[in-house]
Amino acid sequence: MDFQHVNVKFLVKNPEAVDLALLIPVFHRWIQGQVCEELLLDIADYSHVPEGPGILLIGHQADYSVDNRNGRLGVRYNRKAPFDGTNQDRLKQAACSALKALQRLEREAALGGKISFNAHDVELFINDRMLAPNREDTRRAFEPDFKALFDKLFRGTEYSLSYDTDPRRLLWLSARSSKTFSIAELISNLSS
Amino acid sequence: MKASNTLWKEHLAGKMPEDLGREVEIFDNEVALRKQGKMDERLFAETRLRRGVYGQRYDNGQRHDGAKVQEMKYPSGALTKGPSTMWDAPGMQRIKIPGGGLNAEQLETLAELAEEYSDGIAHVTTRQDFQLHYVHIEDTPTVMRRLAAAKITTREACGNSVRNVTACPYAGVCRDEVFDVTPYSRALSKFLLGHPDCQSFGRKFKPAFSGCAQHACGLTSLHDIGFIAVTRNENGIEKRGFDVYVGGGLGAVPYMAKRFDAFVPVEEALPLTQAVARVFARLGEKKNRSRARIKFLVQDLGIEKFKELVLEERKTLTPDTRWTQLISDAEKNVESPLREGGELALGGSEAYQRWLKSNTRPQRQAGYVVVTVALPLGDITANQLRSLADVVRRFTKETVRTTVEQNFVIRWVSQKDLPELYEALSAAHLADPGAGTIVDVVTCPGTDTCKLGISSSRGVAAELRKRLAERNFQSDEAVESLHIKISGCFNSCGQHHVGDLGFYGVSRKVGGYAVPHFQVVLGGEWENNAGSYGLPVVAIPSKNIPKVVTRLTGRYVEGRNKGESFKDFIKRIGKVELKNMLDDLVRPPAGDRSFFSDWGDPREYTLDDMGTGECAGEVVATVEFDLGAAEREVFEAQLAFENGQIELAGRTAYGAMLHGAKALVKLVDPTIAEDADQIVSEFRKFYFDTQKFYDPFAGGKFAQYLFDAHQKAGNPCTSDSSRYLIDEAQLFIDAAHSCYNKLGTTATV
Repeated sequence: MDFQHVNVKFLVKNPEAVDLALLIPVFHRWIQGQVCEELLLDIADYSHVPEGPGILLIGHQADYSVDNRNGRLGVRYNRKAPFDGTNQDRLKQAACSALKALQRLEREAALGGKISFNAHDVELFINDRMLAPNREDTRRAFEPDFKALFDKLFRGTEYSLSYDTDPRRLLWLSARSSKTFSIAELISNLSS
Repeated sequence: MKASNTLWKEHLAGKMPEDLGREVEIFDNEVALRKQGKMDERLFAETRLRRGVYGQRYDNGQRHDGAKVQEMKYPSGALTKGPSTMWDAPGMQRIKIPGGGLNAEQLETLAELAEEYSDGIAHVTTRQDFQLHYVHIEDTPTVMRRLAAAKITTREACGNSVRNVTACPYAGVCRDEVFDVTPYSRALSKFLLGHPDCQSFGRKFKPAFSGCAQHACGLTSLHDIGFIAVTRNENGIEKRGFDVYVGGGLGAVPYMAKRFDAFVPVEEALPLTQAVARVFARLGEKKNRSRARIKFLVQDLGIEKFKELVLEERKTLTPDTRWTQLISDAEKNVESPLREGGELALGGSEAYQRWLKSNTRPQRQAGYVVVTVALPLGDITANQLRSLADVVRRFTKETVRTTVEQNFVIRWVSQKDLPELYEALSAAHLADPGAGTIVDVVTCPGTDTCKLGISSSRGVAAELRKRLAERNFQSDEAVESLHIKISGCFNSCGQHHVGDLGFYGVSRKVGGYAVPHFQVVLGGEWENNAGSYGLPVVAIPSKNIPKVVTRLTGRYVEGRNKGESFKDFIKRIGKVELKNMLDDLVRPPAGDRSFFSDWGDPREYTLDDMGTGECAGEVVATVEFDLGAAEREVFEAQLAFENGQIELAGRTAYGAMLHGAKALVKLVDPTIAEDADQIVSEFRKFYFDTQKFYDPFAGGKFAQYLFDAHQKAGNPCTSDSSRYLIDEAQLFIDAAHSCYNKLGTTATV
């Protein structure tokens, strides 16, 4: 079974310290420089919506956002265009893109180091209910793929997985590593 | 673009109502044909618009990124989905919700679509519709299929068609209504959907229903056709009917609907509308889009002649069983409560009490209330939609509706359930207080996503909402109950004409740079079904708008007479005094560069993505001075109008247009004389014929205002015509500023 439209979100440390408004000029600069692999198009500001999508950098193939859905602030990559390859390729591509975006945000002087990875928590969504309905059988079928990603990402370190089992929601799982990681380490783990 | 589009097509085959499924199938084929280059782009644009598939800002493939205009290199290259509309550019999907009525399953469907095809947000519009933004054209057939499976259509959500039929969201439970208009609005919506008599309009056609005359909920005055519930006694029997109005509309120049008939029996509502539609289709303007709404036809013919034609048309209609059958069918769907009504328990937190006061309203059925869920800027997340679905299932029989104030109302809530319901809504962040108050700002999408936007209506609305919530007007109910309505341009999607405080986006050039502004519109009335329209007072830089609100509300608090409404206060104070109050806010503070960008958008503001340098510096000062003078004349026309000097008001408004035109003509012919014929002739030659005065979307509409006024210069003015001239003059001056901006050097630093 193949899935597409992988979303990966890395949660940030001290979410209460993050001023979403500061991201708007940052994302505008990203569009100016077309700094990502995707074609970057526009910005959507939903900072007024509680536990919402926050600030989105809309792209053609994918959106990047600093997202507060479910009350968990994180840097999210939402792959919109289909991506060739295996499920593992798609998971790795989305995770890498999210990590690179987060690394870029960590380095943004305008953000004053307010956005940084919390070193533990990653969320994964499959944004397509037809390809990946949030059911027990789908979760079971895809779990080897998910585990393969996290085994690689956390490099054999123990981690816990938990699923949201509300069938109305997207297939969503949360992974928490027992060890702390920096972004650079995670990128390196995925590339090895 | 979704990998699953084909799978959805197979999965939903046979699971949609046949007519809706067929509609989607046709559209899906048209998408494929256009993609293969086998369908003309104009034809495709019209067909997608009629299915609510809109373009979005920057879909021409160009976007000013703050430093330069970027060409968007989309994978589909030069393929378009309409003239100058790139195939891959994200677009907007509008979804029709007749009368705003939904059920829990439909809320959940909208949540799914917002997540999977849009940006996670569903936006409630001022016509009780939903909009999803950033949707790819190739996903729209699947979006439509999934909606159709939930019995929702996007058909005729846009285009020159019958738009969503709106209705009072309190219909059936309102204490003041004459009778429940819900079945009639639903019947009309079904009857007109795809009706052959409604397929050849020159422009859109918007119907609305209200259960009473005095409240705002139906806004019938600003509709193409409006129905207000009335009854009359016939031989001792109470008979239901409608007080019917036609030819209303906002847009650039707002028209108040004219009474068609004080009593049209309910069973005549559908055939009468059909007859109106046929007259509109036959006689309405088709070529000149800016005069194609029915309001112009009614104005040109006069209401009596229009009525005569409609009644003649009515006689020719072949009887249709659906005229009454659809109403009978709709009447069978009677709402009822899930839980037993009860008494409201005393006590609760301060936050709960605040919410109770502003967000609940007793129903006419004892023991029940209507609860308003106030949405910030009309936005709701997918998770919140699911939570709302849970709430309406738990406490009601899924009786939920959207409102024209971009909120939801939950009907049939037992009073005794309110503490529990409040907790459930709070957990989903859906229990913001202040519904229908000054904090509950209504706004169109503006420059965020709309191709027509001039200023950031959502940006300023978000800022006002934040500041007003902090100020907390609870201690002053008169201020708390004011309405703020904001549009990003003159087209009035934010209904700025009927707010107590209305604003619409314009641009002005200051020190050689384009600066986002808003016209301040005062004197409008929300109540009485949008009882009167406000007029623009002065254009203020966008960044000063919060100060405008503070000053005007502060002055109202200090200076109002006992029981005096804001509208009456504004009238008493007078426009001269109001303008003086705001005078120091008209220019940006020297050296403050923040005024050169808009709220929530740090890019240097530009009116257009490309400019061409033509003007010399010394001429700049002259033309700005002249346009300023012309704008003052419009203001003087307003004052004359308010003083009942109708003739003078009309003449002055016309004079303002002439002087605005002359200001531009002077750029090419500095010796132009003070001769009206010569000014108009040269304006036509240098600006109209060359299309330099063209608005990117309204075309030559504003220049036409001058030509029409010049042609009718000797005719006597009526109150209506004078009022229209004033609005037209203001729009002409705004367009002259825009034209001048475009002529000048590129408006960026």
